[in-house]
Amino acid sequence: MTALLEVKNLQVRVEDREILHGLSLTVNPGEVHAIMGPNGSGKSTLSHVIAGKPGYEVTGGEILFKGEDLLEMSPDERAAKGVFLAFQYPVEIPGVATMNFLRSALNAQRKARGESEFSTPDFLKKVREVAKSLSIPQDMLKRGVNVGFSGGEKKRNEILQMALFEPSLCILDEMDSGLDIDALRIAADGVNALRSPDRAMVVITHYQRLLNYIVPDFVHVMSRGKVVKSGGKELALELEESGYAQFEDAA
Amino acid sequence: MPAVQETVDRVRRIDVDQYRYGFETVIESEKAPKGLSEDTVRFISAKKNEPAWMLEWRLEAYRRWLTMTEPTWARVDYPKIDYQDLYYYSAPKPKKQLSSIDEIDPEILKTYEKLGIPLREVAVLEGVVTKPVSDDGEEGAAAPRSKIAVDAVFDSVSVATTFQKELKQAGVIFMPISEAIREHPELVQKYLGSVVPTSDNYFATLNSAVFSDGSFVYVPPGVRCPMELSTYFRINERNTGQFERTLIIADKGSYVSYLEGCTAPQRDENQLHAAVVELVTHDDAEIKYSTVQNWYPGNSEGVGGIYNFVTKRGDCRGKNSKISWTQVETGSAITWKYPSCILRGDNSRGEFYSIAISNGFQQVDSGTKMIHLGKNTTSRIISKGIAAGKSQNTYRGLVTAHRKATGARNYTACDSLLIGDKCGAHTVPYVEAKNSSATFEHEATTSKISEDVLFYCIQRGLSQEEAVGLVVNGFVKDVLQQLPMEFAVEAQKLISISLEGSVG
Repeated sequence: MTALLEVKNLQVRVEDREILHGLSLTVNPGEVHAIMGPNGSGKSTLSHVIAGKPGYEVTGGEILFKGEDLLEMSPDERAAKGVFLAFQYPVEIPGVATMNFLRSALNAQRKARGESEFSTPDFLKKVREVAKSLSIPQDMLKRGVNVGFSGGEKKRNEILQMALFEPSLCILDEMDSGLDIDALRIAADGVNALRSPDRAMVVITHYQRLLNYIVPDFVHVMSRGKVVKSGGKELALELEESGYAQFEDAA
Repeated sequence: MPAVQETVDRVRRIDVDQYRYGFETVIESEKAPKGLSEDTVRFISAKKNEPAWMLEWRLEAYRRWLTMTEPTWARVDYPKIDYQDLYYYSAPKPKKQLSSIDEIDPEILKTYEKLGIPLREVAVLEGVVTKPVSDDGEEGAAAPRSKIAVDAVFDSVSVATTFQKELKQAGVIFMPISEAIREHPELVQKYLGSVVPTSDNYFATLNSAVFSDGSFVYVPPGVRCPMELSTYFRINERNTGQFERTLIIADKGSYVSYLEGCTAPQRDENQLHAAVVELVTHDDAEIKYSTVQNWYPGNSEGVGGIYNFVTKRGDCRGKNSKISWTQVETGSAITWKYPSCILRGDNSRGEFYSIAISNGFQQVDSGTKMIHLGKNTTSRIISKGIAAGKSQNTYRGLVTAHRKATGARNYTACDSLLIGDKCGAHTVPYVEAKNSSATFEHEATTSKISEDVLFYCIQRGLSQEEAVGLVVNGFVKDVLQQLPMEFAVEAQKLISISLEGSVG
């Protein structure tokens, strides 16, 4: 079986500083991987490089997605192929109604894959269904993308898009930041509903707390631009007790 | 950031390729001798069979113009114009006297067809359903096209005006101004130059001397004009200035919505367009004037393009009257244009909604003047400037309240959006209140199109260009909503094309 995502010995620079020094990670369909680590360990860099955010220079290694060279693809191609990044800080786009945005994006992806575009009634039906399951009120969909949304609403909007686009790889970057416990539970329920044998998730977080709600199959600890330890979900609990300091020294 | 660079590079490539209206119509034309003199003025007046008073009016303007100097206060930079090196009159040579639209030179008909302007009335009869097909193949909702009467101005003359009969039944006069001068001299004499006097400014005075055609509209008391009126300007001839004159009068309690569109062929030399538009509203009347300006902007090196030096002014002469300007400016090498409202009647209202997009080497200096003279007059200014490439985009506005204009109110919001780091956006608002009861509010923002916003959109599957288009359309939404439906769709596409990096 081809792995869904294979990161091999990845080295990444931002300006003159190397952030990732030979990181490797293999994710198979159906798996949920948690990546934990202190601030500055390179977690967000990894997510950005996978999604294709400009400003990073890959100086070594490779990333294969479904066996194809991901680094050769533009970010929108990656999205159409099934890479989804749920942002830590989703941006606001004034004047662009959420519904309009969702439709433009979904149809752009479908077009890129050579699929037919959704008809308006089918699209509306689908959005309403998903929105309801995430307790997203209809009027939120009419507002500008994320404009005036609370932290919880923004994160739910990310999950709404995830549900709508049906990506095969979901990267959740610090999904728990800025959420209270109730908002976190709603968001986590949304994510869990999307777990499937064809879909993998990479959950990036500082805290073990999120992993009580989204239970991972594998936990990786990152420090100074490398994965320094990998294990099962119990590794997260271990970290919660002993902290990251031990890995800082090891790295 | 590299991505900023990429956006900038892509947008910078805006170029002749994107200008879809750059074709030239090969047609025989009749021109006045090159250069400007009293003889030129007499030539134009004679061509139009004008009465003596009109010629006198023009000559007075011409003599005045000789004493004036070109204004230099705008934030635009261009080589000196040689006014003697221009043609001031050019008309397609008629093959014979025309009695119906079918006799118009097929080349001209073809030109307007290519531009998507229907000159044959059958094409836009009520109930004809057209399905707009957008470039990306997205299905548009099938909508019955509303009726629009069109006056088509080709270089210096009006070549066709549609739906004249039907409008006549409603009492609305819609005809080329050259005809109105002959057929309705009492109206023209009363109103022409009453809003923009012949002495107003350098370009308006020049226009008064040599204007050759344009539209004339008179809506009688109590009449709501049964359809949108529209003029479509096309400059075709080389080295020819276009000086059109539009005069719209809405009598007591009447209403009219008027649309204006413009294009020109791609040429390496600059062409001059100096129009004057005058609007008059009497008691309780309303004029809504919308422009989609898409003159040739020049190529990617900044060569060629139209100099658009236009004076547009509306006079809310009567109480409770209203004038609303909406403009979408994407073309021209240089734009110098300040559609204004004189709020003379008590409780009158002026509005100015503007989207000005500049790219390549375009220079825009545009805005509005709201002159509050009457009591409890109100005005609203919403201006959205978008600068990309190496362009310069200036909003220049004036809001004044006269001593007697008690209770005057203005709200101004000027937002600028920058794409890339080689362009500039400037806001120059002048505010003057000469009485203490006036309430003026001014808000201004300048922002850069954020890389994070673009990346967010692209991560969701949109291409770089789609993302820029989406963000920009969101930015200008408040103004787009003011446009008549069909124009709004056209304008939205135009905005995307103007900012597109690759061939559209």
